[in-house]
Amino acid sequence: MMKRAFPILGVLTAILLSYALYMALVWAPTERTMGDVQRIFYYHVPSAWTAFILFFVNFGASVVYLIKRKPAADIVALVSAEVGVVFCTVVLITGPIWARPVWGIWWTWDMRLTSTLVLWLIYVSYLFLRRFSSSGQTPLLAAALAVLGALCVPFVYFSIWFFRTQHPQPVMGGGGSIDPRMLHVLLINWLAFSCFAFLVCWSRYRLEKLQREVDQAHAMESLKDPRGSVR
Amino acid sequence: MSAPTGITRATLLKDLRLEWRSKDAINSMLFFSLLVVIVFSFSFDPTAEESRQIAGGLVWVAFLFAAVVALNQTWARELRNQVLDAYRVSPAPANSLFIAKTLGNFIFVSVLEALMTPLFIVFYRLRSLGPVWQLLLVAGFGTWALVVNGTFFAAMSIRTRSREIMLPLLLFPISIPALLAMVQATTAILNGEGARFWIVLLATYDLVFTTVCLLLFETVLNAE
Repeated sequence: MMKRAFPILGVLTAILLSYALYMALVWAPTERTMGDVQRIFYYHVPSAWTAFILFFVNFGASVVYLIKRKPAADIVALVSAEVGVVFCTVVLITGPIWARPVWGIWWTWDMRLTSTLVLWLIYVSYLFLRRFSSSGQTPLLAAALAVLGALCVPFVYFSIWFFRTQHPQPVMGGGGSIDPRMLHVLLINWLAFSCFAFLVCWSRYRLEKLQREVDQAHAMESLKDPRGSVR
Repeated sequence: MSAPTGITRATLLKDLRLEWRSKDAINSMLFFSLLVVIVFSFSFDPTAEESRQIAGGLVWVAFLFAAVVALNQTWARELRNQVLDAYRVSPAPANSLFIAKTLGNFIFVSVLEALMTPLFIVFYRLRSLGPVWQLLLVAGFGTWALVVNGTFFAAMSIRTRSREIMLPLLLFPISIPALLAMVQATTAILNGEGARFWIVLLATYDLVFTTVCLLLFETVLNAE
């Protein structure tokens, strides 16, 4: 059942992504003042939302791991942080590409840009910790760091809040007006990106689980026969 | 109640005595931050007005880097002769150890700050336009913010390969809001502007992170 669901979801995601691409590049109306460069918005914003959701999942999974100590929760935390960092990187790269023609600068130390960058730094350091700690302790140390990192987010937000903000108001709940067709395209892209992220997380989850099973089997084997199977 | 505070006091006094005899941490921190002061002074060559603008940043960056030196030694000392393992199997509460270590580091970094500040004032011709007691408040809260997270992350990084490098990698990203608050508050006070928002933010940061570190420290200490 699970084995069949994976390729089906893969095909669906591919269709959805191509449809979203068409919608973003062809169907969506061209923005009046910014022109075609505005279309990067359909990649920038959905990536940001997806990254934030994944970081939230990472926090939730880490708390669950700290309480229940289930290896599955640890794998979810690892996977969501990895994929979240990738999406956050996409946000940080597409942002300047858009900002250069529109604001005339690649980067500014504005609230949203800075806090996204700090968020990215926190989760990169999380992945560093996972990479550098010895395997047995990694889950607990990483979970503790994830909790501290997530608690840091409101402080990052408030501390950078004092800087002048240059970023466009948030699309949702910001009071700004957006063409309903643009919103439509944005939401389709977000759906496509979320499906894609979910797909990647799922396959990475299976891979990590398999890897751990293989490691465990090797450990068991070397326990049984100390002379053989030295890897 | 008396047992945990007793353990805290014993560990703290032991660390202070060790430091008093060897003076490893404080000497290397002092010399390191002296180098930072001089190198920055050469690189920027600021006037009195400019240095008032950048001094907040310089001071705290110097103290942050110097603090990492002390923080790295916090737990490394306990690895020799398996002291940390002995602590783990003993019934002593983990948090008393954590508090002792944090207080120890707080004292080391405060001593460093007290010794280095006159030098900063002389080299950068600093004169505060705002109230000096607020600077003390910022220094206290700021140092605690660095030290409480630093002690926690040092206990984490001691479990990793290349532990000396790992500590700043973990500590700096999480410390960014605290560092920003310290720098902004210091600059604001030096220029005679209000710094209330930053001081409150720093105090809240201290409160939240101290609580969470205390909640999680036992888990980290006993992770295997």
